[in-house]
Amino acid sequence: MIDREEVLHVARLARLELREEEIETMAQELSAISGYVATIGELDLDGVQPTSHVVEVTGRLREDVPHRCLPREVALEQAPDANDEGFLVPSPQA
Amino acid sequence: MGAELLSLTAAQAAARVAGGELSAGELFAFYRERAAADRAQGAGGLNCFTWVAGEDGAGGADGPLAGVPLAVKDLFCTRGVPSQSGSKILEGYLPPYTATAVERLQNAGAALLAKTNQDEFAMGSSNENSAYGPVRNPWDRTRVPGGSSGGSAAAVAAGLAPWALGTDTGGSIRQPAALCGIVGMKPTYGSVSRYGMIAFASSLDQAGPLTRDVRDAALLLREMAGQDPCDATSLQLPEPVALPSAERLDGVRIGVPGELSGEGIEAGVLKSFRAALETAVSLGAEISEVALPHAPHALAAYYVLAPAEASSNLARFDGVRYGMRAPDARDLLDMYTRTRHDGFGPEVKRRIMLGTYSLSSGYYDAYYGRAQRVRTKIAEDFARAFAGIDLIATPTAPTVAFALGEKTGDPLAMYLNDYCTVPMSLAGIPAISIPCGLADGLPVGLQLAGPAFSENALFDASYALEQALGFDGSVARG
Repeated sequence: MIDREEVLHVARLARLELREEEIETMAQELSAISGYVATIGELDLDGVQPTSHVVEVTGRLREDVPHRCLPREVALEQAPDANDEGFLVPSPQA
Repeated sequence: MGAELLSLTAAQAAARVAGGELSAGELFAFYRERAAADRAQGAGGLNCFTWVAGEDGAGGADGPLAGVPLAVKDLFCTRGVPSQSGSKILEGYLPPYTATAVERLQNAGAALLAKTNQDEFAMGSSNENSAYGPVRNPWDRTRVPGGSSGGSAAAVAAGLAPWALGTDTGGSIRQPAALCGIVGMKPTYGSVSRYGMIAFASSLDQAGPLTRDVRDAALLLREMAGQDPCDATSLQLPEPVALPSAERLDGVRIGVPGELSGEGIEAGVLKSFRAALETAVSLGAEISEVALPHAPHALAAYYVLAPAEASSNLARFDGVRYGMRAPDARDLLDMYTRTRHDGFGPEVKRRIMLGTYSLSSGYYDAYYGRAQRVRTKIAEDFARAFAGIDLIATPTAPTVAFALGEKTGDPLAMYLNDYCTVPMSLAGIPAISIPCGLADGLPVGLQLAGPAFSENALFDASYALEQALGFDGSVARG
């Protein structure tokens, strides 16, 4: 089923840190759940179209006219760290 | 005066305020005090609320909702008021705007009473996944209220709010409504704007009312439904929502799917459900069996689709723009991974991982691609069924309220709570839960579902049945 390596790979994709003691439990839980959801593999779905949107809504483009926008200072207000121009984050490089 | 106020439904209270017999300020103060008292008790109370308005929160008496106080699930953005979606990663977040659904209700006269506790990011069926503590069921405080809109359901059931707003993705309005003995409704997908709703699964999330009775639910939906330029998936209902008035069910054809009303449902729930069907027959309804052959696979498909959408929607919680940020990060990647490790609870992490896995290269076709096709089959099953009947009836939930801690050790056991509600979510059709009786002293919910845009037929039928069933929820209001 879903092994340790797979868990670490998925965690990396999800930008989610997993401590050493959490990896085993996550592998077991994911294995159990994916085992259950894999039962959809039993069904014959040949020729069935996928549904991505249950109620079809088309032609929904608006006029190309500017609308009200959040002022910059309001958008930055809730940030853990910001200056006048933008959000501040640690550097990507170690 | 207190007992009298407590006995009024929201619509009745609005009528009294509009008629000048009751002041909006008095009504607000009454409920605010009750809500604040529960909040003050913390874990010792029902723990319904994550925020309660101050004494100055009362609004005017104008509009169809005439100042009646409204409790709103934590995940609705409310300007300047904490909106945390039950998560630590958004602790103290103050949005700069208000969700369309809430704004419309406020414009119609509703006064924001409180934000309600919920399962984190709307993921859960028991309100035990909240970073702010579990919510308790007012019928039995050792038991869960259901989830994810557990705080909203418990607040209405306990008379701490006249009505509340919740959201339903796989059953998160209907199931807690059933477990708490109140009315909960999920409208047709798209009827209520999702703008400002902190997202879980975008193709499934829908806002809806949790109320004491069906008439209140219709009133709340009427005032918030409708197309919104800020939500491209929103639409205008073909006919306006009407307040129900039907007294009988003559000519109403109700189909009962064997797949959702037999195996896996507790005996007491089934007994109460069948008795309610008898009442429907006495009102003139014709009951028949219908088949929903793919319904048994709905839960599995849902637990591929919803976590996949969640993994995408929750990628924004990275410590950059709002919410929590892990301190002393080595670098940007460390900040992302540690923020998300520290800020998300275990169920949210599970679903993000599951979703990421089923969308990842090599697995997409087998999981996500297949689940989308199962979704098509489920929608087709309903369409075929509705060719010969008007409404579908099932028990809302497989069990009555279970004990706190009983299912937290087994994620799959917890997921099964949504067995009867998930098919309707996948098909995007409207469904309502009304209390239909008690089993071992705990409420049982009956679910009615209709084709897309059948809100008025659904409200009329559930109203007529509700009146005939005469369920008394006042004992939970204490």
